[in-house]
Amino acid sequence: MTLDLDLQATRDGTVSRRGESLALVARGVCKSFRGAKTVRAVDDVSLSVRRGEIYGLLGANGSGKSTLIRMFSTLLEADSGEVRVFGHDIVADELAVKRLINRVSVEASFFKKLSAMENLVYAGRLYGQSGPDADARGRKILERLGIGADRVDEPLDKLSRGMQQKVAIARAFLTSPMLLLLDEPTTGLDIRSKREVQTFVRDLRDGHDATILLTTHDLDEAERLADRIGVLHRGRLVAEGSGEQLRARFGGNDLESVFMTITGRRIEEAANEATEAASA
Amino acid sequence: MITLSDQPKLAYAFVAREAALMRRYWLWELVWIVYGTVTSLSVAYIGLAAPAITGSEVAPSTVSRFVLYLLVGTIAWRFLGLVFENIAEVIAWERWEGTIEYTFMAPVPRLTHLLGMAAATIVRASVVSVTTLFAVALFIPVDLSHADLASALLFLGVGTLAFIGLGIASAVFPLLWTEKGLQMAYIVQAVVLLVSGVYYPTSVLPGWAQALSVISPATYVIEGLRGALIDGADPLSLWPLVWPALLVGAISIPIGLAAFVRAERYAKQTGRLKRSG
Repeated sequence: MTLDLDLQATRDGTVSRRGESLALVARGVCKSFRGAKTVRAVDDVSLSVRRGEIYGLLGANGSGKSTLIRMFSTLLEADSGEVRVFGHDIVADELAVKRLINRVSVEASFFKKLSAMENLVYAGRLYGQSGPDADARGRKILERLGIGADRVDEPLDKLSRGMQQKVAIARAFLTSPMLLLLDEPTTGLDIRSKREVQTFVRDLRDGHDATILLTTHDLDEAERLADRIGVLHRGRLVAEGSGEQLRARFGGNDLESVFMTITGRRIEEAANEATEAASA
Repeated sequence: MITLSDQPKLAYAFVAREAALMRRYWLWELVWIVYGTVTSLSVAYIGLAAPAITGSEVAPSTVSRFVLYLLVGTIAWRFLGLVFENIAEVIAWERWEGTIEYTFMAPVPRLTHLLGMAAATIVRASVVSVTTLFAVALFIPVDLSHADLASALLFLGVGTLAFIGLGIASAVFPLLWTEKGLQMAYIVQAVVLLVSGVYYPTSVLPGWAQALSVISPATYVIEGLRGALIDGADPLSLWPLVWPALLVGAISIPIGLAAFVRAERYAKQTGRLKRSG
């Protein structure tokens, strides 16, 4: 089900029916995990993200956000449905998609004994950059993110969680992705680091030709960063629109009330429910 | 747009990464070199002790040949074992570091990725094996005066190809079984060690093990290395040992790669391509 009908994509997935350029199009995506009990993690999700937009995917833990973003990152294949990134089918044209995207996950995925710069140079090389180019660009980005030159050659396990997350964002930015997938990038960060990362995400969109898909269970973050918000509940996209549109449509003064109206639960309650369901 | 000519540069990313990791984990590298040296020495002393163990007189030239026979086996196995382990651990290691998702999301063809890892592995295995050989020579006289080095290098090259293929095929196990996969790869390595005549001629093995030794590339590589280093046999005379090992490499690399790509797809369909099982 596509909630925003104006943004329904044409068949090749590159533009909306209104003629806007689209970065990401998902149509009828489903994903289940089989085990002792089959869990339907993503259930018939369709969405479109405009080029240059920050799209916030809001949902409790266990709502299917990370599963969806892992599918958009080429790490997980959908059981059914279709995903296109700038018109490229994510399965049939995987390498082309990989060149256009990058992802920051909730856990900073690094070689922890290597320094920030060694990790960044490795990442740059994977995307076809020369070592010296990646080194020069990496240092500039880290400086912009407030990581001093005296820390960039230290092993990453000596840096704080907030600094590691900034390095993860620098790594993604280093490869100049057209579509940046941010999977709960500020989870576990202190308030100051969270604000710095949020400011950087905004600057990234404003100063560069980047489209950003952000998952979060932080209502304030979704409101602060996203141009449009999709609410994911039990694997289904149940509402979509700007913060203002959602408040107007579902009532209430803030996204917390909107989430309550849509799902019948507070976001923490929905998270607990998902955890219990997963462990049952 | 990344083209075919960019592939060596992409593969080099893995070589540079492994070199950086070796620098950071240098103490562990030192531990492995010391361990390898001690193991090789222990095996070589068995040769030196042949007269004492058998209780009969053994000519010094025979003892010397026996020691070299054992040393070639142990050091060649050290080299081939490292090639196999490093490639078979390509998934398990990245999963342990927590980087598997990032590496597999990068726009690098899988063949380029695995060849890059193979190149890094050859450098590491060569450094470790040559250092071990020199360290052993400090304690035990190693007579390589009759050696044909060209033949020896040929066998090391052919053996490397074959073990890259076996390593890629065995790296499939951790993709399919996130917790037990690596143990399965080690079992493959152990069986190859048993049947390939690393420390003894394969003729002493029971029938079933001799049958397996025929399909193990290490059987030909180690026998060929002994011919080259102990008897100074030239490449032409060792051809009957070269082609079977070459054949295993020519078969196992494409089959291993195809199995790996298929297993990667399966891992993506079942959600196994992630840092924890």
